[in-house]
Amino acid sequence: MATSKRNSGLKNASEGGLGKLLRTLEVDGRLIGMIGALIGLWLVLHVLTDYKFLTPRNLWNLAVQTSVVGIIATGMVFIIVMRHIDLSVGSILGFTGMLMAVTQSQFLPSGTSWAWAVALIAGLAAGALIGAFQGYWVAYQGIPAFIVTLAGLLIFRGGAWLLTQGRTVAPLDSNFILMGGGLEGSIGGMWSWIVGIVAIIAIVVTSLRARSKRNQLGFHVRPLWAELTVLLVAVGFVIAFVMVMNAYNRPRTEIAQGIPIPVLILIGVALLMTAIAKVTKFGRYIYAMGGSPEAAQLSGIDTRRMTIYVFMLIGVLSALAGAVATARLNSGVNSTGTLTELYVIAAAVIGGTSLAGGYGTVAGAIIGAVFMQSLQSGMVLLNLNSSLIQVIIGFVLIIAVWLDVIYRRRSGLQEG
Amino acid sequence: MAHLVEMRNISKSFGGLHALESVSIDLEPGEVVGLLGHNGAGKSTLIKVLSGAYTADSGEIFVNGKKALIRSPRDAKAYGIETIYQQLALAENLSAPANVFLGRELMTPMGTLDDDRMEAETRKALDRLDLKIKSLRESVRNLSGGQRQAIAIARAIYFNARVLIMDEPTAALGPQETAKVGELVKALKREGIGIFLISHDIHDVFDLCDRVTVLHNGRLVGTCRTSDVTKDDVLGMIILGKRPDAALA
Repeated sequence: MATSKRNSGLKNASEGGLGKLLRTLEVDGRLIGMIGALIGLWLVLHVLTDYKFLTPRNLWNLAVQTSVVGIIATGMVFIIVMRHIDLSVGSILGFTGMLMAVTQSQFLPSGTSWAWAVALIAGLAAGALIGAFQGYWVAYQGIPAFIVTLAGLLIFRGGAWLLTQGRTVAPLDSNFILMGGGLEGSIGGMWSWIVGIVAIIAIVVTSLRARSKRNQLGFHVRPLWAELTVLLVAVGFVIAFVMVMNAYNRPRTEIAQGIPIPVLILIGVALLMTAIAKVTKFGRYIYAMGGSPEAAQLSGIDTRRMTIYVFMLIGVLSALAGAVATARLNSGVNSTGTLTELYVIAAAVIGGTSLAGGYGTVAGAIIGAVFMQSLQSGMVLLNLNSSLIQVIIGFVLIIAVWLDVIYRRRSGLQEG
Repeated sequence: MAHLVEMRNISKSFGGLHALESVSIDLEPGEVVGLLGHNGAGKSTLIKVLSGAYTADSGEIFVNGKKALIRSPRDAKAYGIETIYQQLALAENLSAPANVFLGRELMTPMGTLDDDRMEAETRKALDRLDLKIKSLRESVRNLSGGQRQAIAIARAIYFNARVLIMDEPTAALGPQETAKVGELVKALKREGIGIFLISHDIHDVFDLCDRVTVLHNGRLVGTCRTSDVTKDDVLGMIILGKRPDAALA
């Protein structure tokens, strides 16, 4: 009890009116901090680029560019939460991307309506197999994930080259390339609004349902005004997002682009992964293993099988990202996804995933991915050369983790 | 009358080392029996036999007078025997309800985790122990040592433990917290749960126990009612490995 008193004392001391407000709203203070940092970055870049950054065109492109890293980052959260690491995701992306390119252009008849689906499924299956292979060495043979996936980084990058002896495969199936976003690869104005409205209805219904259930059980609920404020912000965000995506027209037309398909894929993946983390036993066990592998084992959780499943999951997500990246290039190139692993890990860590395991959220990782991509494309807009960009991103990563360390020390690890 | 638990003539050796030589102990409902001895006296081995972590070389275990076959922790749990380990085995990043139900989660009809119901049930289990924890939604890391001990106990009793094995329950706690665990033990007694308290320090547990059993070098030194002996008598048993004359009477 002594410690709890000390903790709450600290908590009160470090919280002013803003902290109290956040507590009443029951929103994750850390997530708000990250969103704040992102908005700050955007404003700075907007000014530095002569007001070119916060334009529909740039934001639309930013969204497309974020999707590859974002898709894998959601899986990296699980891996890191479980106290592992996966350095091979960029190579898995490259290998499976190449495999999908080869499958559709060499093994399947061209011009069919289903070739894209067969190629995609082949790629996802390969990703799952690769994940199972790496997970086996980690879980059953006790080789550190760092080593297994470092080997995977070499094996599958080399494998991508060997698939075609280094040849580039192009062009790709016209349906397949829709996944990349490209000229035709977005859903247009009307469908974007339909997606937006469905999202708004889902948000309102789920939050009101959860509230009434907690009321029934006699649990604490936040004040109605706080509930409505949070709802309003969420709904406002959806509307703003759809409006921005619709404000960008197809080049030389008046037709709204709408939400790009890769972004839709990212949103779907993020929702699914969040659901896995929050409402399934599988997700609960991942976090339990990260918090205490011993406690998980004593509770009867098959930790080795769980490890394999999580590596399979990130393998599938890497392959999905491989489909998006390959479709976007409209060609299978063996170097696709080089260095992606580092951007993915950076996105997860900037998004608040603790390398010590146990803590991390999918939403945080997505914001981390948007942050990384904003920095990158902002600096490209500023005409900085790519070596300098790498140097700056490296420093940003150190600073982000440093801030995280300070935050966790101060809050005694209050939130996730 | 049948005992709640009786371990009869348990022997266990590891290679040439006799960890336990024909040790017998028993436990009644609502009774606290302290299991005392130096490190290496055999108390952990004995308790691991009961909790299913080890299998005895010879000897028998009876639960409610019926012979029990305990070959794994799962078997022990099926007999209502739950163990609270010294390191507590909690996932510190999860909330109290998530820990209580870890591996045995309550689900909604839709097949998703029913966190609300788990919270309500955890609240009930803690009420039974007369324990107040304000917020059950934050991670266990933010709770005190005594509160964590309570969560571990709540986990055991929620699944209808009738025998509780507590390994050094107060080892890492301050005086206030130790007192709290003492209250918890009394609350469990009132529920008719039998408790084995394992400790190497007589002062920690003497006042909580109805009886103490002392082991020395794998052999049973003796079992006495705490009302019949003094702490010094028991200390002598632990150190010398012999029964004092007073306790024999």
